[in-house]
Amino acid sequence: MKGTLNKDHAELAEAFIKDEERVDWHDGALWFIRAKRDLASKKISEWETLREAASQIKTNVLSNLHQYLLQFEENLKKNGIIVHWADNAEEHNEIVYSILKAKEITQMVKSKSMLTEECHLNEYLEERGIEVVNSDLGEYIQQIDNEPPSHIVLPCIHKRKEEIGELFHEHLGTEKGLSDPTLLARVARKHLRNIFLTRRAALTGVNFAVAETGEYVVCTNEGNADMGAHLSEVQIASMGLEKIIPQKKHLAVFLRLLARSATGQPITIYSSHYKKPRKGQEMHLILVDAGRTRQLAREDFRGSLKCIKCGSCMNTCPVYRKSGGLSYHNTISGPIGAILAPNLDMRKHADLPYASTLCGSCSNVCPVKINIHEQLYKWRQVIVKEGYAANTKALSMKAMAWTLSSPGSFTTAGKAGRWVMHNIPFVMNNKLNPWYKQRDMPEGPKESFSQWYVKNEVDNKKNNSK
Amino acid sequence: MTVGLFIPCYVNQFYPNAAKATLELLQKLGVDVVYPTKQTCCGQPMANSGFEHLSQGCNDLFIENFSSFDYIVGPSASCVLHIKDHLHSDKAAVKASEIRSKIYELVEFLTDVLKVEKLDASFPHKVGLHHSCHGLRGLYLSQMSELNAAPFSKPKQLLNMVKGLEQISLDRQDECCGFGGTFCVSEEAVSVKMGKDRITDHSKNGAEYITSSDLSCLMHLEGILHRNKSKVKIVHIAEILNSSL
Repeated sequence: MKGTLNKDHAELAEAFIKDEERVDWHDGALWFIRAKRDLASKKISEWETLREAASQIKTNVLSNLHQYLLQFEENLKKNGIIVHWADNAEEHNEIVYSILKAKEITQMVKSKSMLTEECHLNEYLEERGIEVVNSDLGEYIQQIDNEPPSHIVLPCIHKRKEEIGELFHEHLGTEKGLSDPTLLARVARKHLRNIFLTRRAALTGVNFAVAETGEYVVCTNEGNADMGAHLSEVQIASMGLEKIIPQKKHLAVFLRLLARSATGQPITIYSSHYKKPRKGQEMHLILVDAGRTRQLAREDFRGSLKCIKCGSCMNTCPVYRKSGGLSYHNTISGPIGAILAPNLDMRKHADLPYASTLCGSCSNVCPVKINIHEQLYKWRQVIVKEGYAANTKALSMKAMAWTLSSPGSFTTAGKAGRWVMHNIPFVMNNKLNPWYKQRDMPEGPKESFSQWYVKNEVDNKKNNSK
Repeated sequence: MTVGLFIPCYVNQFYPNAAKATLELLQKLGVDVVYPTKQTCCGQPMANSGFEHLSQGCNDLFIENFSSFDYIVGPSASCVLHIKDHLHSDKAAVKASEIRSKIYELVEFLTDVLKVEKLDASFPHKVGLHHSCHGLRGLYLSQMSELNAAPFSKPKQLLNMVKGLEQISLDRQDECCGFGGTFCVSEEAVSVKMGKDRITDHSKNGAEYITSSDLSCLMHLEGILHRNKSKVKIVHIAEILNSSL
């Protein structure tokens, strides 16, 4: 896998930004999707009510998760689906492997599932001689390029069609220089169709798991989850514990929000309900914790588990648009990734909550109203207190300097002024300060406001007020 | 009514004219304004970097300086929001909570408390309004583009009262400029790219001036404009509203 090892977000972003024309194109492509989302959401007068309803349903789920999970398990079993529980990624991968091994299956097709990306399932299975093909077109492209997805909904949004043409030329034997998206998609479809027809096992992700009925819903635009599942003799679904919704009727809230938030479509092309195995088919569902219950126990951060993986926070985030998803060096990138990742590995992801201006746009597009930017602020406090601030290179140097000389102790304007000049990171009067690389500082005025005020106003004040 | 004038540390040092304009404007509108000279930093740079627990010195000093006023007004949405959201004190909890509810950013103080309907100001230029994110999504000075909700804008409402001023419209009406406090140095490359793109939006739509209720955004944009020898200038909204050009 192409690596981002030991580089933090700021360094990876700086490398991405060097090709400014590409950044502008990437930024424009994602802004276009944000604009489509705005249009779609404004066509529905009850949009904000829907967001509030979705948020509250998810609050209920998180407060009663134990009960819903047991109900879901019971109903899955009634429907003839085999249920597995995995505490972590390793256990999840072992379960998938054991299911395939029991049937002597060595090839599997897999539709979009960020959870299996998070678990590094493909690598695990490949090491054990099992070939996995990602059937979502974007994920397929990322797979043949040996690169993780850069976006949870649009896995290869950072790639231009010419680069995809080059990959197809190399891996699928298309004509060199072919970059027409329709033609490339046709080639991929033909290739994937053969995969669907020949694979005995298919794995899908889960968008919504209905506790009341023991069914799960998978949303795709390509129908690839269905193609895999319907042609398989073994169907596996992997889901994080938080994907539960209480009742089927709640889909009427979530399905209206999901695609509008993600791409500005009224609904995904396919919203497929899976409930019981066909005759002769075996269905498995794996419920995975992998840090979710730990996050659930963090009061300030449990709301992050409401996420329905629409990607709208990424599309709206100016930092994401200018830095690219891979700069977040985590399976889930962007603002939501930055509040989920520190729960998984605080040391490794200490930089991510700082990859934000705290502008707050993410929280306000979020269809389940996660207070993302407030959680970013809170993660910063946790990261510092737990001693991981030094892991963020830029911060360790600059933040420490001024916190050790708090301005609170200065009581005269002159001293405070000098403190500001030397310690506020964006003001530090020092040519090594990154501020000066591409920016000037304002020319210092002859006197500060406080100096002027003392000279001009204090006497007047004495006469005019108490 | 006595107003305590809160001038953020970097405004005091680098933009005394914006501070003077704020003071003069409030005085013109008949407000009794006092500037507590012992004020320093509100603590936001520390807190936003994760060192909120070390900012008690700033909090205590802020309470000491400002608790006696009827209102506190500052020409910086971001610093005002920080106080509103994060000012706390165990030993003066009541005073801290009072301050959180009586602190106003200048624009909202003019529209919501003074209910200004007329200004004797003139600024015959094409002006682009930059919404500071903390002003927009924190203090709700305007309606944000993310929500399906009725539009309004307090800064626009005031700029509409200024003679000769032409407000330009932008391709992206409320995108962040990339300043972000410590972000501007810790994520220098992204910060500058965001700033450059905001500037392009303003300049291609014909702005002579970029204005905002936050000088931190403007300082960042000015730094880029100046380095690139652009003709576009920055001006704090207080300077426009106090202007009689």
